Formats: sequence, structure tokens, C-alpha cells
Amino acid sequence: MVGSSAVADAGSDIGEGRSAPRNAATLTVSAKEEVAEGVVSLTLAHPRGARLPDWTPGSHIDLVLPEGTTRQYSLCGDRWDAYTYRIAVLREPVGRWGSPRSSEAGSGGVAGSGGVAGSGGVAGSGRGSAYVHDRLRPGDPVGIGGPRNHFPLVPSEKYLFIAGGIGITPLLPMVRQAELLGADWQLLYGGRTRSSMAFREELTGAYGGRVRVVPQDELGLLDLAAWLGTPRPDTRVYCCGPAPLLTAVEAACASWPPYALRTERFTAARQTPPVREAPFEVVLRRTGRTVTVTPDVSVLEAVRSAGADVLTSCEQGTCGTCLTPVLEGRPDHRDSVLADHQRAADDCMLLCVSRSCGDRLVLDL
Amino acid sequence: MTEALEHAVVPPVSDADPFAHDVLLHPGPLHQALREAGPVVYLARYDVHALARYEQVHAALVDWQNFESGSGVGLANFRHEKPWRPPSLLLEADPPRHDAPRRVLREILAPPGLRRLRETWHALAEELVDQVLTDGAEFDGLAVLAEAFPLRAFPDAVGLGPDGRDNLLPYGNMAFNAFGPRNDLVAADAHRVAELSAWVNARCAREALSEDGFGARIWSAADRGELTYEQAPLVVRSLLTAGVDTTVHGLAACLYAFATHPAEWQRLRERPELARTAFDEAVRWQSPVQTFFRTATTDVTIAGTLIPADTKILMFLGAANRDPARWHDPDRFDLTRDPSGHVGFGMGIHQCIGQHVARLEAEALLTALARRVERIELTGTPHRHPNNTLRSWASLPLRVQPAD
Repeated sequence: MVGSSAVADAGSDIGEGRSAPRNAATLTVSAKEEVAEGVVSLTLAHPRGARLPDWTPGSHIDLVLPEGTTRQYSLCGDRWDAYTYRIAVLREPVGRWGSPRSSEAGSGGVAGSGGVAGSGGVAGSGRGSAYVHDRLRPGDPVGIGGPRNHFPLVPSEKYLFIAGGIGITPLLPMVRQAELLGADWQLLYGGRTRSSMAFREELTGAYGGRVRVVPQDELGLLDLAAWLGTPRPDTRVYCCGPAPLLTAVEAACASWPPYALRTERFTAARQTPPVREAPFEVVLRRTGRTVTVTPDVSVLEAVRSAGADVLTSCEQGTCGTCLTPVLEGRPDHRDSVLADHQRAADDCMLLCVSRSCGDRLVLDL
Repeated sequence: MTEALEHAVVPPVSDADPFAHDVLLHPGPLHQALREAGPVVYLARYDVHALARYEQVHAALVDWQNFESGSGVGLANFRHEKPWRPPSLLLEADPPRHDAPRRVLREILAPPGLRRLRETWHALAEELVDQVLTDGAEFDGLAVLAEAFPLRAFPDAVGLGPDGRDNLLPYGNMAFNAFGPRNDLVAADAHRVAELSAWVNARCAREALSEDGFGARIWSAADRGELTYEQAPLVVRSLLTAGVDTTVHGLAACLYAFATHPAEWQRLRERPELARTAFDEAVRWQSPVQTFFRTATTDVTIAGTLIPADTKILMFLGAANRDPARWHDPDRFDLTRDPSGHVGFGMGIHQCIGQHVARLEAEALLTALARRVERIELTGTPHRHPNNTLRSWASLPLRVQPAD
């Protein structure tokens, strides 16, 4: 095994124990590989080989590219490997669909309660994917936020998974997990053509008859009604893919029990301004001090250097100990703790990983 | 890995018994000896490897892949021994089964969700402190403050009825003893296991809980399919097992710390916003939860020592929290210290899920005390209560001087 947190060059030993890497938010592209026509997978690792924050199937990360755009991608690697993340990126023409992004799980069942909160596609999202495909290279640094999970695998005896195209990514760790849990599961995987469908061989090789691959040019559209069958209370349906697929699945599941269907939609990330490259100011309201936060330090480090006492624990954005009230300004949230509505209120932030969208934040410190 | 195994280090051996009464009552000397002996020490008496240095304890805590909890976090290995009760879905579980219960409870106990409790608990603490001071300036701080406050605040928040709350502390004492060997402490609880378990289990039922507490929210998560209905009562049980004794002895640690460090009390009075830091410093300094075990999922080396698959490691949280390699002047209770990163709440995916609740309780009680009390001092020798896991108290005789 490799070290725990700070150094991996110790090789087979548990290494340095001091908690989080100092700048947990910057990872390095350690591998880039074409996994299907128009799809590359990226393997990300900490530059000093530290453990990465833990995640669960259905999680996504914010990927902050060197050009400044932020895109969200589902983690599709192996959580038993604590040292790398894997994502898969579809090359999209500018103006087409963005990356997978979930509905709020709480919106629940299809019948009556809607199921999907996200809105439709987003213009301009092709830019980030083109950068990943054409310019990003192994060794390049990328920023990350999260992981966060709006699409968790809830306990069930049976699962029906439906993937459309690159929507396979969050489902990949889910089917592995369903297998580990001994659940009865099936995957229906549709795509334009066989060669465009990422991880197709990996899935059919590992799980055989549980996986049904439906390339549209060979077999036409997915026959959802037939495949889903009659509603069953012991089954959860998970779907990720483009909006027309989700709409069709919602319709096909209309008579299923509430909360049976859980979806993740290709949709716009919350409209976030480009990642701030410039320093910003943080005002500590209680002491009146102002400190400048440069790109190479965290807000936490900056306010501590200005004399603020901030209690922390994980320093990875996962435990919530350093949650601090924000009095003015808009935080650039990068944590794994706050729900969307809590982020949108912009009245608190985790100082260990989150930053600022604007020139200035005023904190209740 | 292969190379590491070939060059495995033979660890120092100790025949000490960390669960002997004298060690439980005064763990410092053993902790120091274990830290100084090496990064890994073999405890011959229990056939386990022990970690007492911060670096190794922290690393093992976060490494759920190599050190699992599902085989039990006590000495008993659930792969070979029957647990004394159905295992916890949180503490004694691993991914992937651990995911859903953890997620549900984490959302319920996250800081934003606790905001509505803040005013309630500050008011409750003011009321309690007023009452205690009215009753007299000398009292057992363990009973009237450290136990009284969480026994009121926390079960209210969970949604428990008023009756039978005096069962909570004995149940917790029993559950935390059960992580140790089957010694006299476990035997002393044996006659109450059935009765206390039955009482606690009955409290976890939906109809036994109020409609607006943590317990009801756990059951609502089951309605939404985020947990199964079989899991919901066990998740409530986790709150009742892990949420009471730990906080009581954490608060008692604060009172003991301030009674023996009057300058630190003055510092808190001047800057009451240090209440949370004070609580975490007390948790570091006393480590109410002293130890937990893990089980190696595969052959693993720690600092060159081979931990064979399916064997237990014993992590001394209390020793790590006083490791001079990590903490300056570690035996000193010091409000100017930044206690961030202590492992008193554990670390990683099993880190205390109620830590924010505990901090809020501590903040409420310490803030109320700081406002009303000029000085706290001991009037006699405080007595410890031996427990296989908890650094707990039997009594804490205090005298306070009310502020003008």
C-alpha cells in the first residue's frame, strides 16, 4: 500500500500523517486515454501522491481547467484506489450538451413530484471539452472542487440502470457497487454507435448478461417500456443521459411508486463566473483586519495569518468544521458539505477549500 | 509491497494491559511508553498491533480501504466472534453498506441543519446555569452540568420522550466497555444488557419519537427510500449510543480543565468566542474516546511492520492527541493552541458524525458559564470511572464564584 496523506515516495509504508495536502484543490493529470470515439478518460492524482477526498458512486467533481472554465464530471473510477480520480469527457461541439449534472435527489419520485430539477442544456459548453481533448496533457495541473453527490445509490434489492451516451459515467461505479452489494441489477446502455460508447467492453466483459448494449445505428432507440416492465416496489431505477432520454424514462416510469426513479441530467452547471485568477480581499469583521488572498494560499491560511482563530479538522472540505458566516461577497464554493440551496444563499462557506467569486469577502471572524 | 514484506520490521513487544484498571485511570505513562517504543508496538497480551503516534494513528484512521470497521472497532473480530448486539450501520460498517446511513445522518447533523437548535440550546444552558448557581456554589460538576445539560438537550433534539432517560448513560457505558476485552468491566454490566438494550431499541421506533427531531428525520429518509425501514431504527440507535456519554465526558473534561487552569478560564471569559476551540482543546487534551480498533483487510505494512490480514490494530487516539512530535507541550491545556487536526473525534469516513452537535452543546454551556461564573475550582479530588474505551468520570467536585 501507499502512504496516507502527504507523501507517496515512501513506497510501501503509511507515510506522513499530517492531515490534508496544503492545496487540496490542485491535482495533476496523470494519464489521458481515448476510451471511445470522441471520449477521453483522465486520471487525476495529487501532485505529491496524497490521498484524495473519499467519494461515493454518483459523485461529481468540478474540474477547473487552466483556461479558467469550470465543468462538472462524474467520477467513474475505483473508490478503493484512494490516490486517483477518473473522469471521462465527451468531445462536444460548442453549443451542445454539457456534462452530467444531477437533479436534486429530494425531488424524489416521478409520479407527481417531478423527479428532475435540472433545466436543459447549455450553450457554450463545448469549450471545456475541446480543451480537454485538444490541449490538456499528462502532467498538466487542474483545479478541482468537491466531490459532491446529488445522485447517490440508495439501498435496494433490485436496480435498473439506464445510460445514454456519456451518461454511463456515474453509473459505472454504481453497477460495481450493486454487484458488491449482491443486488439484482440490469443495465440498459444506449448510444449513437457502438464505437462511441465508452466502457462498453469493460461492462459486457465483467457482467455479461446483466448489460444490454443498444447502439442506435444498429438497433434503433431504446425500448424503455418493454425493458422496464411493470412497476415493482423493490426496484430503483437510475438514469443518466441527455434530456430526451430522461424525459422518456420519466414518462415510462410515471406509474412507478414515488422515489423509485432517480435521475442525473446533462445540464448547465450553476452559472459560475470564470475561476478567479486574481487575488481577493477578505475582511475579518470582528477585528476589522483585511487580508489579501493570493492564488497559492487558501482562505483558511490567509485568515489564520491575519490572527483569526478558525477551528478545522479534515481541511478537505468534507467535515464542515470550518464553516464560517459570510456577511458580504459571494463565495466560490468548492466543498462537499453544503447542499445547493445552502450554497446559493451565499451566507456561509468552508474556509479550507472555498474561495471568492469577486474582489472581496467579509467574514464573521 | 513484496519488497516491503521481505524487509518487514519486527516491532517492539509490550505485555502491558491497556484495559487494566490502573491504566484506564492513568493512561499517560503507557501512552508515553508506547509512543517512545516505536511507530507500531505488538501487544502480546491481546495479540494485536498498537499505534500510539499521531502520524500512524491519523494515517490508519483515514485508510478505510486497508483498515476496515465492519469486523468491529473493538477487540472482538466479528469475522470470528458474534457481536453482542446487531452491529452499528455506521461505526461497524464499511463502504458500500456504510454509504447510505452515513449520508442520511450527515445531512441531518451538518452545521447548517443545526442553526435552529442554537438559540434553543443557548437558552437552555442559561436556564440550567442560573438554576445551578441558585442552588449553591458547590456541587458535583459532573452531575449538575456535564450530565444534566446533554441529557436534556440531546434527547430532546433526537425526539425522545421524558421517561427513562437515566438509562442512556448506563447503556453508553456498557456499549463503550464492550469494545474492550471481556474483563471485569464488561462482566459488571452483564446483568443489565438485556434490559438496557430493550429500552434503547424501543426508543428507536418511529412511534416512540417526536415528529420534529433527528429521529423523525431519519425515519423520513426511509420514506424517501434513502434508507430501508430496517435500517432506520439502527441509525437512531447510533445517535443514542454515541451521542450522550461522549459529550458528557467531553464537557466534564472542559470543566476539569478550567478548574485546574484558572488563567485559561479568564481567557475564555474575555473571549467567549473561544468556546468551541476550548471544547476541541479539551477533547484533544483528555480524549473522551481513548481507543478504537480496526481490522486489516489485507497484509499491510505500517512503518515497515507487517500487519497481517484479518488481524486487529488498536489505535490510541488519546496518545496521538498528546504526541510531542505533533503538538507543542502536549500535556498542557492551552486556549492559545490551535487544536485543529486532533483525532479525538477520529478522522476520515468514520469521523464522529455528531461532532457539530457536540460543539454546539459545549458552546452553549461554556458561553453561559463564562457569563455567570468568575472562577471555577476543585473542592476535592475528582474521581475517574474506569471504562474500556471512555476517559470518563465518577465525580467532579467544584466550587464556583459567581460573577458580579
